[in-house]
Amino acid sequence: MTRRQYWTGIIATVVALVIFVVPFVFIAFTAVKDKAQASHLDFTWPLQFLFWQNLVDVVTTRNYMLLLAYFNSSIITVGAVAMLILFGAMVGYVLQRRQSRWNQVIFGCVLAGLIIPPAVVPTIWVMQGLGLFKTIWGMVLIQVAYGLAFSVLLYRSFIATIPRDLDEAARIDGAKPLQIFLRVILPLLKPVTVTLIVVQSIAIFNDFTNPLYYLPGKENVTVQLTLFNFQSQFSTQFNLLFMNILLVTIPPLIVFIFFNRQIVAGMTAGAVKG
Amino acid sequence: MRCPVQRSPYPYWFVLPAAVVFVTLFLVPTVASLWFSLTRWDLYTASYIGLDNFRQFFSEQNLTLGLMNTVIYAVLTSATKTVFGLLLAVLLTSGIWGQSFLRTVVFFPVLVSTIGVGITFTVLMHPTKGLFNVGLAAIGLHGPGWLTDASLALYSVALVDLWKGVGLATLIYIAGLAAISPDYYEAARIDGATRVQQFWRVTVPLVQPATVTVITLSLIGGLRSFDLIWAMTKGGPGFSSDVLASVIYKQYQAGFYGLSTAGNVILFVLIATIILPLTWWFNRKEVDL
Repeated sequence: MTRRQYWTGIIATVVALVIFVVPFVFIAFTAVKDKAQASHLDFTWPLQFLFWQNLVDVVTTRNYMLLLAYFNSSIITVGAVAMLILFGAMVGYVLQRRQSRWNQVIFGCVLAGLIIPPAVVPTIWVMQGLGLFKTIWGMVLIQVAYGLAFSVLLYRSFIATIPRDLDEAARIDGAKPLQIFLRVILPLLKPVTVTLIVVQSIAIFNDFTNPLYYLPGKENVTVQLTLFNFQSQFSTQFNLLFMNILLVTIPPLIVFIFFNRQIVAGMTAGAVKG
Repeated sequence: MRCPVQRSPYPYWFVLPAAVVFVTLFLVPTVASLWFSLTRWDLYTASYIGLDNFRQFFSEQNLTLGLMNTVIYAVLTSATKTVFGLLLAVLLTSGIWGQSFLRTVVFFPVLVSTIGVGITFTVLMHPTKGLFNVGLAAIGLHGPGWLTDASLALYSVALVDLWKGVGLATLIYIAGLAAISPDYYEAARIDGATRVQQFWRVTVPLVQPATVTVITLSLIGGLRSFDLIWAMTKGGPGFSSDVLASVIYKQYQAGFYGLSTAGNVILFVLIATIILPLTWWFNRKEVDL
């Protein structure tokens, strides 16, 4: 490392700390302050560390609403990601292995899914007709519908690297199509599956707009909706508001620490040559 | 052979579960929106009113302002993310001290909840108590009302969008830079190219696939963006920071379902008219290289 690289690095680190780290330190500081000090909204060392008390206060607000929100968000995330993995892999597999006119149609759908903004009110109309509006399962299916294009694209390009000989061998051994897919192909997709799980979980967990439209109602709160609503509830208790922000920030932080590599792989998929 | 007809080992029913969900919850509403945008609609009965919704959209000042703001916001965030993303990527691949830590720090905001970021920056941008203006006051400057000044609010939100999203652009550019063979730089050095010349003549042309991805992704995201604006200004003060997505939500809340759906159709047309020619142009340029 040259002198120049060393000093550029030092300067860049200082700048990055101010721009990117200070807001997070501000969140953490405000979250442990008492009500009076937090209301100053300033960037100061907390006079009191009320981590536990503020945590309990936030969690018990409105009859443990935050716990319900975490529960709902978890169900939506797990359900939607599981379906995205299975359905996405099945489509990507057929799309890559079989050449026909239908491929053009499927590709068109994938492109549409990536570009077209969802038509909100007509979607509500369809969901009402099917009895899915304001239900957790309706929300799961919405996340599946909106996330499929990305899953299919990622799986398709990965399946292209798996030799067809494997399918052939399994077929000669008498395996049915579904068996070939579940026993031979799906396990080989593990790297891209892990990437998808991580990237889609974060996206769905952080989603605010779709639950706002399709999942109104007190029993159906999600983590992001609760945080948004607490903004007015805690307009005088910034310590509790920021404790809530801290709680919402921690899950992605944990995921990031453990799955850094997979996140990078997923986010840059198709970036170099799509 | 047991079956007289040879079946493909890749049956089409594999597509069926995904197709059912996608068609019912995405394609059907999208197609239906074309019809409902031409109606006065209360979710139960829709009466045809021709292009009245669209006329209203383009004649009411706050609605056209939303359209303008959408384009400004998308172009601004996309351009800044592209420029800063590339510069940061070059910096973070040049072997400086603390490189991997810096990559982590720049990228992390991408993963954080937009609502959490929005609320945090709303507080940091508070006109009198916020860290932004306290910091500016410390060096003798009088900070503006970042979110309370109608002429500034949209740009303040765009600034936060840049803060949150630049990490993704940087990440994509880092992957793009890694794909450039070091031979090019060596050849340029032997020919006596300076660092600046190397950047413009080698890096920028060869990193183009990444540029296309960054611009396309951030433009689509910018045109559709809703949650950050909603968390920070709710389109205010007045209608000064309204964008199409927030107008759609406001009309939906007010019960004007036909008008809201017309907004959706306009957003769709806007995205298509910007993205499709752009993609076509990028593809053509790539062939020329």
